[in-house]
Amino acid sequence: MSEKKHILSILVDNEPGVLSRIAGLFSGRGYNIESLSVAPTNDPAVSRVTMVTVADEDIMEQIKKQLHKLINVITVHDLTGANFIQRELALIKVNAKSDNREEILRIVNIFRYKIVDVAPDSFIIQATAKGDKLDAFIKLLTPMGIKEIVKTGSIALYRGN
Amino acid sequence: MKLTGAQILMKVFEEEGVDTIFGYPGGAVLDIYDALDRTEINHVLVRHEQGAVHAADGYARAANKTGVCLVTSGPGATNTVTGIASAYMDSIPMVIITGQVSSHLIGNDAFQEVDIVGITRPCTKHNYLVKDIHKLASVLREAFYLARSGRPGPVLVDIPKDVSNLTTTYEKPQVGSKIEMRSYKPTYKPNIKQVQKIVSLLKKAKKPIIFSGGGAIHSGAAEALTEFARKTKIPVTSSLMGLGAFPGTDPLWLGMLGMHGTYRANLAVSTCDLMIAIGVRFDDRVTGKTDVFAKNATIVQIDIDPTSIHKNIPVAVPIVGDCRMALEELNSLIDNENIDDLCNERDAWFAQIEEWKNTKPLAYEQGEAIKPQYVIDKFFELTKGEAIVTTEVGQNQMWAAQYYHFNKPNHFITSGGLGCMGFGLPAAIGAQMACPDKIVADIAGDGSIQMNIQEMATAVQYGLPVKIIILNNRYLGMVRQWQELFYKRRYASTTLDHNPDFVKLAEAFGALGLRATKPEDVEKVLKEGLASPKTVIMEFITDREENVYPMVPAGKAITDMLLV
Repeated sequence: MSEKKHILSILVDNEPGVLSRIAGLFSGRGYNIESLSVAPTNDPAVSRVTMVTVADEDIMEQIKKQLHKLINVITVHDLTGANFIQRELALIKVNAKSDNREEILRIVNIFRYKIVDVAPDSFIIQATAKGDKLDAFIKLLTPMGIKEIVKTGSIALYRGN
Repeated sequence: MKLTGAQILMKVFEEEGVDTIFGYPGGAVLDIYDALDRTEINHVLVRHEQGAVHAADGYARAANKTGVCLVTSGPGATNTVTGIASAYMDSIPMVIITGQVSSHLIGNDAFQEVDIVGITRPCTKHNYLVKDIHKLASVLREAFYLARSGRPGPVLVDIPKDVSNLTTTYEKPQVGSKIEMRSYKPTYKPNIKQVQKIVSLLKKAKKPIIFSGGGAIHSGAAEALTEFARKTKIPVTSSLMGLGAFPGTDPLWLGMLGMHGTYRANLAVSTCDLMIAIGVRFDDRVTGKTDVFAKNATIVQIDIDPTSIHKNIPVAVPIVGDCRMALEELNSLIDNENIDDLCNERDAWFAQIEEWKNTKPLAYEQGEAIKPQYVIDKFFELTKGEAIVTTEVGQNQMWAAQYYHFNKPNHFITSGGLGCMGFGLPAAIGAQMACPDKIVADIAGDGSIQMNIQEMATAVQYGLPVKIIILNNRYLGMVRQWQELFYKRRYASTTLDHNPDFVKLAEAFGALGLRATKPEDVEKVLKEGLASPKTVIMEFITDREENVYPMVPAGKAITDMLLV
């Protein structure tokens, strides 16, 4: 069976140890976590975990059931195939010397990202996008000399209701 | 009413009807033990914390209640891990209370500090560290609720020393108040449409089979299962954990399934056209090679835990729910049907099964040395199948499963999933505490009995007439069997030629020690041991290289059996 990327949106009790239960479930059963993002929701007693995982259909079914079996997990939604918005945030520190500052600004403008820090020989760019678009952006910047990158895991929500 | 944390713990024990707990004291639980000493609760002082958990396991299964154990922090807590893992694999309702160092010391590598909540996360149904005294009572109630509801399992509550010592207001829960957890709502009532599908499948099936497991016992489905099988004339097999849910002396009984299952059960499963699986999880010891397991069958699976369904074996009709409720539903549906429509051409199916039964029955030949199977046969005969039998793990466990024909649920107590040597003796202690008037026997090997032999002192202290049957072949028999069959008889580290004198050992503990070396002594020793009011070790010097057959080599199809 073929493996596919899935994006899971998991609501959990906002309690110590919950993330460890989820991570332990994945490592203990040999599932794979590609990215992970966690923060409290508008209800401070509840956190949302957004997770990207790669698995075939049978394993995916087990992952969802096993997650649901954890006592602190409230709901598990597999957004894959549904109508949803997905974003990642990246901060990219790139070399910015006099000969390429203009070029960097142009690229940033085309993508409609933002420069959030300006130093004598570097910029920090804030980029928000879906994974593949972000990859394309990073590829364009690479020749300029990327110094450091930090990326969040994906976050996602269903569109509409 | 203002109470200390330790007193609140006692109050919750009282609310939950706890009358017996198994434990071992230590620094972090001094306050709890001080409070416990002033209650009516029986405390069984084990000699090692692993024994406490296995004893609570045996107690839970024999009494059909939640087992409780209490241990201190650090090594007290880590010593429980094997027992907890075993209870988790076998879905046994249990609450484990561990002491913890005081809150302000947590994380400082304090004396006897260990992160037991972290350690037991993957082998408990759930666990808690209680840092706030105000939450203690509600956490404890939740722990008991989780342990016994849904798919049962062990729940651990870690209580720092200061929390057991601080005081807060205790309020009795209101009568009839229920625990509500938004993230935990087990499904008990099965989907009726799914249950109806079984009835339609029965109308078409010519070679149906029932495969039941531990879930049938935990849910109290034995009666409904027996009624269903007899009404519809369907032969029954079970996993190791399921023994006793259907009477082992019933003509419809096929014997156990799997690696050491009977010839007819393994062939019947591989031939059947409909399998109704009840409270099983299709463990590898049952299925062998999964892609040919029950390959001709439409499989219906009833289980309270959705993760058990479609995990190892594809299932045509999944039914999530309580096994007992599903079977009762099914029985009432069947009452509205013409029963002959549901029992198509059974004669041919039974004739086939009878032929398999006669081709390769479970058998052994009693020669000059005592055959281990003969000991169990005799023990079954003398106890009329009424004993509660615990086992260690290995050949002793398999022979017990094959030759003691369990007619009732909760009478066979074994570490099925984890396969934990050293389980039987403490489990027998727990079972005997639960059922003081029953014969409780641990069927053991000379290897595994030594893993928790210290619990002899516990059995003697509490005057428990536990019967320990040691099948002594001076080997770690099951591992030796594998070495004989698959490692060219190279017996690496499986020879036990420095065993203690078990009779003298029994006497040293203050128990009765008996030994049989010849077949003609077997019955005499069993009778004498059964008649004694003391804890008794009955040692049987058995045929050294007797093997458990049938045997399906690991990873092979269950039809690929090695036979005697």
